[in-house]
Amino acid sequence: MTSPAKTELVTVNIDGKEIAVPKGTNVIEAARLVGVDVPHYCYHPKLSVVGNCRMCLVEMGMPAVDPATKAPVMDPATGCQKINWIPRPQIGCATNASPGLHIRTQTPQIRDCREGVMEFLLINHPLDCPICDQAGECKLQEQSTGYGRGYSRFVEQKNVKPKRTQLGPRVTLDDERCILCSRCIRFSKEIAKDDVLGFIDRGSYSTLTCYPGRKLENNYSLNTVDICPVGALTSTDFRFKMRVWFLKQTNSLDTESSVGANTVVWSREGVIYRITPRRNDAVNDTWMADSGRLLYKAVRAESRLTAKDSLAALLARAETILRLSPGLAAVVGSGQSSVEEQFLTRQLAHALNAPAYLVSRTAEGDGILVSADRNPNVRGALVTGLVSDLPQPYLDDLGEAIDRGDVRTVVSVGEDLMAAGLSATQLAKISVIQLGTQVCASSVAASVVIPTLTVFEKAGTMINQQFRLQRFAKAVAGPVGAFDDLEVLARLIAAAGGPAEPSDLAGVWTRLAAEIPALRGLSYAAVPETGVVLDASPWASLPFVEGESLHHRPALVAASA
Amino acid sequence: MNLKPETLARIDEVIPHYPSKRSATLPLLHLIQEDVGYIPQEAIEWVAARLELQPINVYEVVTFYPMFRQKPIGRRHVKVCRTLSCALLGAYRTCETFEREFGVRRGEVSADGEVTVDFVECLASCGTAPVVMIDDALHEKVDVARTQELSAQIRREAAARS
Repeated sequence: MTSPAKTELVTVNIDGKEIAVPKGTNVIEAARLVGVDVPHYCYHPKLSVVGNCRMCLVEMGMPAVDPATKAPVMDPATGCQKINWIPRPQIGCATNASPGLHIRTQTPQIRDCREGVMEFLLINHPLDCPICDQAGECKLQEQSTGYGRGYSRFVEQKNVKPKRTQLGPRVTLDDERCILCSRCIRFSKEIAKDDVLGFIDRGSYSTLTCYPGRKLENNYSLNTVDICPVGALTSTDFRFKMRVWFLKQTNSLDTESSVGANTVVWSREGVIYRITPRRNDAVNDTWMADSGRLLYKAVRAESRLTAKDSLAALLARAETILRLSPGLAAVVGSGQSSVEEQFLTRQLAHALNAPAYLVSRTAEGDGILVSADRNPNVRGALVTGLVSDLPQPYLDDLGEAIDRGDVRTVVSVGEDLMAAGLSATQLAKISVIQLGTQVCASSVAASVVIPTLTVFEKAGTMINQQFRLQRFAKAVAGPVGAFDDLEVLARLIAAAGGPAEPSDLAGVWTRLAAEIPALRGLSYAAVPETGVVLDASPWASLPFVEGESLHHRPALVAASA
Repeated sequence: MNLKPETLARIDEVIPHYPSKRSATLPLLHLIQEDVGYIPQEAIEWVAARLELQPINVYEVVTFYPMFRQKPIGRRHVKVCRTLSCALLGAYRTCETFEREFGVRRGEVSADGEVTVDFVECLASCGTAPVVMIDDALHEKVDVARTQELSAQIRREAAARS
């Protein structure tokens, strides 16, 4: 929307600093590049520009030229070209870079403008910061410290508006806090394509509302909460749960699909309180789906698996089972495991001389940030060589092998074998060593269950639909009785009689960099926060299930277009 | 929507006058209010569908303009100007007299469904303040006595109709 043409660079001068920016870059973004903060509310880099909050006022000037000859007019005092300053302030968000543009943001006039705008914005704003969820991450609060007056000159009555409207199942609206920036309206219309929000009774009583009888219930509704610069839109789930300044932020990934939206996990003292999107212009911009924000509930779910026995005891039982029927084992890996875990799963299959399977999860993609492949890391399994072809939804081959008696033991790395198509009769014929985080039919039937960690309790990498290798970090510690996946896999490999494999991230990455051609020269620490795109050419001919989505065009679609 | 055939014809006629369909929102709302007497929610959705908009876009317009009504009004619409010149020359008294005469408060419909009294912004006849519009007719210099005359006339016309 506001992405400038990447061709032509123009030099602009902001607070005396010269910088070359792509032509058309707006002043807020250009100022950001020279470290100048232009306060704003309604402007958002990924939405259309409306210019209705007036907070980003700046002084603007252009180099003077003689109207007749077009010759530059020089200023004898400085020896430079004279700058003609426009006497009135301009809004930065809708002012685009042009050659020689001069901007001043630190003059008394601009300070006065900001203070004036703040006073108007605060006229009808309630002073309920102490009970407001936005406090601590509120732009209005932030700018009030810089440009607020400290006391109010307003003697009239404040407007009274609805205080707790349920806009939808996940979003609660406090209309009195709304400063009418319209970001949520533009987001709903432009990104979520669900135009249900609007201002009614425009004027002194402008009120944000949802069309009567409709709801803000699309799967992206919580992004309106993220972009709301004040506490008007709040997440019904997070509301009144925790003050944001107590929360630790950990960079993570949305594991609900192969889009791999970048996220921040907010936790305190080992408890996760919310997940919000993290900006990555190549993957998810600044958005994520509502469904991905609830995944942390799995951490403390009723169905969470934990063991009373020590890991050594569990592994000893697993080793007994593996020794019982040598050469008759199979390994079921997972597209939900990290790249590192998939590599060790492959090594486990090698050590057992067993075939490795993967289970696919597909559903319709929404064309935005939830793709058709609901496994976040199928490409990791391809890259690490765990499997060489795309997974099937059901383990029919494995079922046949069990029926033939070729497989007596199955190691399942986090997959529910029943859900993956094995029958109860087939499960009864085999011994299952189940790794996983949640109780499932497979864990109930298993001979040994080794509880492992959720994505929030460990670190690693995943490869998304763009073959972009992305990192996730450990946000909270795992519960007692759940064990680190890498350690479990490394010790299982040892139990299976395989070579010693490292059980820590750095160690596995040394092996990955040496063994896997696509990951040569990489290390966990060297993966940038925005990820690194791998060479996908070895898998170019595979019919991946993803359709088009934000920042992704499948190779086959692109080729046929 | 149960619109009269002639309203539908005028709607079809007016839409192509504009370069983009959404520009026809206001004329369509006027035509519907002329026909139905007010803008029911159903009409908002009908206009939105007709102009390829979302209902919220039309709803925003309806709530912005005071002349669009979202509820039915009485058979006679009495609009008393409240802006400066009229206010100075007794518009408040005029409005209160109408309210007493018909036993309604401003913005409401009288019990018999006959009259709605509204206290509105400038009717653009400041020289002859205070002014009142009854349906489409402008009445000038409406003091208390004239208010009572006009009220009596409305009641007479209502009686004649029944």
